[in-house]
Amino acid sequence: MTKYLIKRIALALVTIWAVITITFMLMHSIPGNPFRSESKMPPAVYENLQAKYGLDKPVSEQYVIYLQNLLKGDLGDSMKSRVETVNDMVSRGFPVSAQLGLQALLIAVVFGPALGVLAALYQNKIPDYISMIIAIIGISVPSFIMGTLLIQFVARNVSFFPIGGWGTWRHSLLPSFAMALMPLATMARLMRSSMLEVLGQDYIKTARSKGIAKSAVILKHAVRNAILPVISILGTTISNLLVGSFVIEKIFGIPGLGRFFVQSINNRDYTLIMGTTIFYAAILIIMLLIVDIAYMLVDPRIKLTKEGR
Amino acid sequence: MMNNIDFKPELFEKADKSNQNADKIHRPSIKYWPDVWRRLKQNKLAMLGLTLIIVMAIMSFVGTYMSGYAYFEQHLDMTNQKPNSAFWFGSDELGRDMFTRVWFGARYSLAIGVIAALIDFLIGVIYGGVAGMASRRVDSIMMRLAEIIYSIPYLLVVILLSVVLQTEGGGSSMFVIILAMSLTGWVPMAILVRGQVLQLKETEYSLASESLGAGKGWILRKHIIPNTLGPILVNVTLTIPRAIFAEATLGFLGLGLQAPKSSLGTLANDGLAGLAVGNTYQILIPAILISLIMFSFNVLGDGLRDSLDPRLRK
Repeated sequence: MTKYLIKRIALALVTIWAVITITFMLMHSIPGNPFRSESKMPPAVYENLQAKYGLDKPVSEQYVIYLQNLLKGDLGDSMKSRVETVNDMVSRGFPVSAQLGLQALLIAVVFGPALGVLAALYQNKIPDYISMIIAIIGISVPSFIMGTLLIQFVARNVSFFPIGGWGTWRHSLLPSFAMALMPLATMARLMRSSMLEVLGQDYIKTARSKGIAKSAVILKHAVRNAILPVISILGTTISNLLVGSFVIEKIFGIPGLGRFFVQSINNRDYTLIMGTTIFYAAILIIMLLIVDIAYMLVDPRIKLTKEGR
Repeated sequence: MMNNIDFKPELFEKADKSNQNADKIHRPSIKYWPDVWRRLKQNKLAMLGLTLIIVMAIMSFVGTYMSGYAYFEQHLDMTNQKPNSAFWFGSDELGRDMFTRVWFGARYSLAIGVIAALIDFLIGVIYGGVAGMASRRVDSIMMRLAEIIYSIPYLLVVILLSVVLQTEGGGSSMFVIILAMSLTGWVPMAILVRGQVLQLKETEYSLASESLGAGKGWILRKHIIPNTLGPILVNVTLTIPRAIFAEATLGFLGLGLQAPKSSLGTLANDGLAGLAVGNTYQILIPAILISLIMFSFNVLGDGLRDSLDPRLRK
């Protein structure tokens, strides 16, 4: 177990390093210079800007400095905002995005498997059809379209839901729902098929014939086994939610990290792009690690002593 | 002492030939692929998806010529027209015909999805196949590498690459978008193929082929890959909507195709501006089309998965 953990954490660290390096190389391979385009700058100002962002040094030296700063937790200065550093923006935007993401994840994790179980228990009956219609809508309608439709048809007509912005919990309902729908649908479909498979197993019949109540069999024997595939896609779900927040935050005008990211793309703010990308990737890789470890703990069939091939 | 039996013709009777064909199989044996098609045909949802895909694919070529307007043609005196007899899907804020633009966009979205999926398929099958057949050490190095690439979020890479590779005036070419998607998109296919190869290379027919002197490459090409075509096909079908979704997101973030070219994503992004002034149809039409495409490929993929599964054969 410990050996596996160490290996897994080491791999995660290598991945984060790879992301940092790739991002750095990519951003520095963009032809031209971020300050050249700003028209008619006095040479002295240009030299100063170059020196401030360390762009006058060779790339390899910049890379080492960047890594050193990252180790200290410093993501650098923004190239366009004169007042805020990348760290300021991340610490301002991330709590908002995290709340939104967690809410969406909660909605998906609670309702997705529940719909799937319902569909499996009432296979080819009305609850099955209803939940599968919801699931099909969920996988077909991208979140940015769902968000726009929600604003247009729900928020405009129901004054309970604000049209956009951020503040009270009411602001977060529609965006987190729009974000949650796709993972919710995926989980419902997965849960349905794995539940149907589990319900056909012999141990379910055994449990029933022992005289255990149907609800207990479903909750303790069926759901507990059927949920494993759902847990295994949690990592990708979190990844999709994270990236999905870019568009959702843009549509709903939410001041989260995703909006800073989109802004940094439109402004060509290279340090901010680099900083947010690395931050996103690091968060995500850590989440994947946690999900992996959780999966190991939940599924007794995975043995950690042997190296699986 | 010998018995003298008089073999008279009466002692013999003709064998009854009526049972001769008893173990012959009368019904024609259904081969794997015709059977898959037969079962797919019974899946109404999947057939609906397939029909929609074919219709949309045809419309994406024919539809751009039907209304008589070109996708870049501006009619500044007829901007923001609601759907009517002249502009079937209305016109946008520059007076361009939405009907032509939507099908033009669908052409690009579909092309990007299909080409990206095909590239993922090619790289994934080769990489996964080689990893599966290679020695254990090579395999584990190749898979670690794939894992590292895989844990970098897909859309993040696509966005980053389109930023780096975008053209002067903002926006990316189709080539850049596909390149960005393929760079990390092949990994799930490679993992799938490798898993299948590891399983199938232990089968008797692989062993038989090997003992007859076949090389690893031959076994992979002639025996293993044809037998994994089912799961691969399902994966390709489900990669297409993922690529289309990624492209739509890119377009929505302003990193898609450069105007006046359009994809469904950039059209939805343009429509967002129209929404603010009450022109709901400008976003609704591309939105419906994106959703229809995603729906069709997803149900087709699901149907294929079910009909390719020999355990579900009836």
